[in-house]
Amino acid sequence: MNDASTYGLMAEFDSAQELVAAAHKTHSAGYQKIDAYSPFPIEGLADAIGFHKNSVAFLVLIGGIIGGLSGYALQYWVSTIAYPVNIGGRPYHSWPSFIIVTFEMTILFAGLAAAFGMLALNGLPQPYHPVFNVAAFAKASDNKFFLVVFSTDPKYDGARTREFLKGLAPRAVSEVPS
Amino acid sequence: MATNTQIPVADRRAPVIEPGHSFSTIGEKISNIVLKRPISLGWVFGFFVVFSLMNVLLLALGYLFLKGTGIWGITIPIGWGFAIINFVWWIGIGHAGTLISAILCLLRQSWRNSINRFAEAMTLFAVACAGIFPLAHTGRPWLAYWMFPYPNTMGYWPQFRSPLIWDVFAVSTYFTISLVFWFVGLIPDLATLRDRAEHPLTRGIYGILAMGWRGSARHWHRYETAYLLLAGLATPLVLSVHTVVSFDFAVSIVPGWHTTIFPPYFVAGAIYSGFAMVLCLAIPIRAIYGLEDFITMRHLENSGKVMLATGLIVGYGYGIEAFMGWYSGNTFDAFLLWNRLHGPYSAWYLGLIASNIVIPQLLWMKKFRTSTFWLWMISLVVLAGMWLERFIIIVVSLHRDFLNSSWGMYYPTKWDFMTFFGTIGMFLTAMWLFVRILPMVSISELRTLLPEAHVHEAAEVEK
Repeated sequence: MNDASTYGLMAEFDSAQELVAAAHKTHSAGYQKIDAYSPFPIEGLADAIGFHKNSVAFLVLIGGIIGGLSGYALQYWVSTIAYPVNIGGRPYHSWPSFIIVTFEMTILFAGLAAAFGMLALNGLPQPYHPVFNVAAFAKASDNKFFLVVFSTDPKYDGARTREFLKGLAPRAVSEVPS
Repeated sequence: MATNTQIPVADRRAPVIEPGHSFSTIGEKISNIVLKRPISLGWVFGFFVVFSLMNVLLLALGYLFLKGTGIWGITIPIGWGFAIINFVWWIGIGHAGTLISAILCLLRQSWRNSINRFAEAMTLFAVACAGIFPLAHTGRPWLAYWMFPYPNTMGYWPQFRSPLIWDVFAVSTYFTISLVFWFVGLIPDLATLRDRAEHPLTRGIYGILAMGWRGSARHWHRYETAYLLLAGLATPLVLSVHTVVSFDFAVSIVPGWHTTIFPPYFVAGAIYSGFAMVLCLAIPIRAIYGLEDFITMRHLENSGKVMLATGLIVGYGYGIEAFMGWYSGNTFDAFLLWNRLHGPYSAWYLGLIASNIVIPQLLWMKKFRTSTFWLWMISLVVLAGMWLERFIIIVVSLHRDFLNSSWGMYYPTKWDFMTFFGTIGMFLTAMWLFVRILPMVSISELRTLLPEAHVHEAAEVEK
């Protein structure tokens, strides 16, 4: 079933419409390990390949909470324990003046979590990826749309999968060497 | 966000993107500016000019580090002078970039897609210019890291009750988040450049920067979530930054500074000057690089409208300041108002009113909003006016202290001017390089403006 030298089969499409339709059909035909590639985000494409939820938002929440708490804790510790300075008899724990730094730290950590979390979940930076072995894939950042069925899919079978993809009326079907 | 944008049909306004473009022509047109367009003599000459101006900054800073802040015109009672005027001015200019990229993104204003990239670049460069001033103003910039909380042998920690420390956190967070937001937006376009580049070295550099982006549907899904959340985080951040800058003033007890109107009035002023800078740059850039198809009259006109609206808020701020000077019955506040109108800097105050309040009213008329020449001229006037505003706020408030014995005048020296114009050189040098090195319009976001980028549910079901 699995061929070690093949990463998968790649079908090339001309429009976003065709890609989404093909992705729907491939996914409902029972293929699980598939991916679609487009030069810009297409609404509904991730749903079509069965990818509904991502955890970026959760990471941002965690980042924000850590940033806010550590920002406030740092100010509390510095102002009341490590370096208390009496200014006009005001309390050491003068919380209203700690709000701004707490806010900034929340935003900073949440924002960094959004950017780096997104990159980490996407597995980027990734110096090598087999899809780039297909010459036509250079157009994936231009005006072409691609659908790949990975050879690790349990339903994957070189000849039959190729026939199936051809049935979706793509421009071309090519093998992706790993 | 990109996916919910549509081209208005049967709209009397100019389109967001001129007809006749496809996914490919957008990529080609924008990436060719970076990859194919030869370096023109005009570019080299312009670069020579702005780079020379940047070297004036290096000279001025070098001498400052040697001699100290005594080379500037700051004396007591005017201890803030040019350094803080320019800091607030530059930070304000930066605000338009984040407003365009974050707030307009949340408000689903699709027209922002063609100007957000270079507006964000403008933000970064402006904040970098701004950062120089408070750093140099400390007098010992090599000890500036003392402002950050870190364990040290002196057993010393920053004073978190001070607005100046809030400013350190606000501005450094702002710069970091703006940089991250900008870079995240760039990743798909860097992949486009990587795939279009012909020279192996160019391909290699853009390839490394694109980090292996391949446009996978899973990646786009996470990318869009991250981008939307960054926009959501940057929105309160941008409003907070100039608020915190205004706290540097408002938390003190100096007449003319100690008012509650300062935060909203500063934020509006920041966006006002920022849009003026966007227009100031966009109008020549679109003409030189033939980007009229993407940066259309619609964008310029909308920016003009934002300027008009924020300008009116600033005008309201001036009005309230004057009203409170009279209504509060406070002698010092009343004197400040009188001094602004009749004191030694009254000409500057009238210049401020003319350039920030009177002249921009021309933008009510469509004729001025749709003329590149007039928009450009009004933007320059507003930029000058917003600089004057900070001059009035700082110098006029400080030069008449509570006691007559502490009155003084402010005379900037040539080093003040060299530092100021030098940062303009630094800003323009960075812009000069940016337009030739990175795609100045977002390719992937512009593509989503085309009707064929949207998948129709009906057709999906039918297949």
